[in-house]
Amino acid sequence: MLKLEKLTKVYNTGDKALSGVDLEVGKGQVIALIGPSGAGKSTLIRCVNRLVQPTSGRAILDGVDITALGAGGLRRERRRMGMIFQEYALVERLSVMENVLSGRLGYVGFWRSFLRKFPQSDVDEAYRLLDRVGLLHMADKRADARSGGQRQRVGIARALIQDPTLLLVDEPTASLDPKTSREIMRLIVEMCRERELATIINIHDVNLAKMFVQRVVGLEAGRIVFDGAPDELVPDVLTRIYGEEDWEATIETVDDADEENDEAGK
Amino acid sequence: MSATLDQYVGKRWRKPHFITSPGWRWGLIIASVIYLVLAFASVEINWSRVYRGLSRGWEFIVGFANPDFVSRWSDISSGMAESVVMTVASTVVGIALSIPVALGAARNIAPLPVYLVCRAIIALSRALNEIIVAIILVAILGFGPLAGFITLSFATIGFLAKLLAEDIEDMQKAQAEAVKATGAKWMQWVNYGVQPQVMPRLVGLSMYRLDINFRESAVLGLVGAGGIGATLNTAFDRYEFDSVAAILIIIIVSVMVLEYLSGIIRARMK
Repeated sequence: MLKLEKLTKVYNTGDKALSGVDLEVGKGQVIALIGPSGAGKSTLIRCVNRLVQPTSGRAILDGVDITALGAGGLRRERRRMGMIFQEYALVERLSVMENVLSGRLGYVGFWRSFLRKFPQSDVDEAYRLLDRVGLLHMADKRADARSGGQRQRVGIARALIQDPTLLLVDEPTASLDPKTSREIMRLIVEMCRERELATIINIHDVNLAKMFVQRVVGLEAGRIVFDGAPDELVPDVLTRIYGEEDWEATIETVDDADEENDEAGK
Repeated sequence: MSATLDQYVGKRWRKPHFITSPGWRWGLIIASVIYLVLAFASVEINWSRVYRGLSRGWEFIVGFANPDFVSRWSDISSGMAESVVMTVASTVVGIALSIPVALGAARNIAPLPVYLVCRAIIALSRALNEIIVAIILVAILGFGPLAGFITLSFATIGFLAKLLAEDIEDMQKAQAEAVKATGAKWMQWVNYGVQPQVMPRLVGLSMYRLDINFRESAVLGLVGAGGIGATLNTAFDRYEFDSVAAILIIIIVSVMVLEYLSGIIRARMK
């Protein structure tokens, strides 16, 4: 499915964001990528769809080396890679529907998209996705008039209408309250399972990650320092990823994590 | 910790001076004052000439009190029609030309060579004042509104492209990035990721430029580039201050109407 080989990114400033990352994500597998700020989580997923140009190494999606593609080939491959952003990254002055349909831009010609004359199948699918994320009645409202949770749902619909095989998710809950964060994570994970998408979710909230995924990858200073099941995240491991801190509380909360004591340990 | 804190507590606090060195600070202040005094002293005022001009000034004021719309009405109306055509046509053409230049002049989307070319176009357009361009074009194309139309279109590029490019440079990168990540082509990316972010600014600037072009069209007539300015110039040459007053009143009212309209449109575009 997705295979990263020795993926390395050195920024112009000389900062080495990724150093030789090897990672494999199988079909239908959802992984959480955890690590401190600046560990390179965001760079890693952006190197996959080349919003950031990797310095060396390869990213291979279903046998296609994405790092070697030209502009046209990259656009075609990007259609198969849905992305969900931190702070939603919706185009604020466009309507909810336009934002969702923008996920089809890679499939329709310029004039069709310019005149907003999308094929009926795209429009139907947009309505189905909006219904699935609970925003059907808001299709023609402006995107910036929505609450954070609603905006992220639009972001999810925009990514999924691409009909991707890979989903890249960058801090989906960064500015959401604890309850909404869980709802959004649950929605993302559910839809990934339904569609058997390979998924990488960047997330800094360890508890949230442990609640929803079966595989966690820890990144620290551009290197993978942990790759395993959520219950292997013992204090020693967390110290290796994040540095010295009392991790007992973080680990406790997961055991009795219920809706009513949201994020008690945070 | 508390030892250093003690040094601060009880001491008065004031905002640090912008220029820290007192010598430089006072030196600059004194130099500015001396320059201003000398500059004012060097302006020559010929009071006897001013006195002689007062009577003409009074005629002008009297003319203003009795504006004459009627006797030169056919000249005024054809001059206005010419100005309106010149304004609208040059604004539309100017905007159409500035949008691609603005996209090229935004450093965050354009590659460096394109950026430099577009910035050069903007710099050229801004460096040449409308009047100078109009004088040159009148010399080439002869009297009439064609020279005015080209002048204003050219000036619109410098104004609109520069300010629009700045707005594009200030756009939120994440929104544009999200559209790019869908596999959109460049034009689609501009249409979905960039245009919605800069649209209110584009509309506001266009309305403002329409307003400027109308006022400029009145001035350009003075150098022979047609429009209401040509009518105004003729009226001045004939010392018909009542017609001059009528023309000025029409210009003022038109500008105010445009101002009011652009206010409404901009408020709706938020």
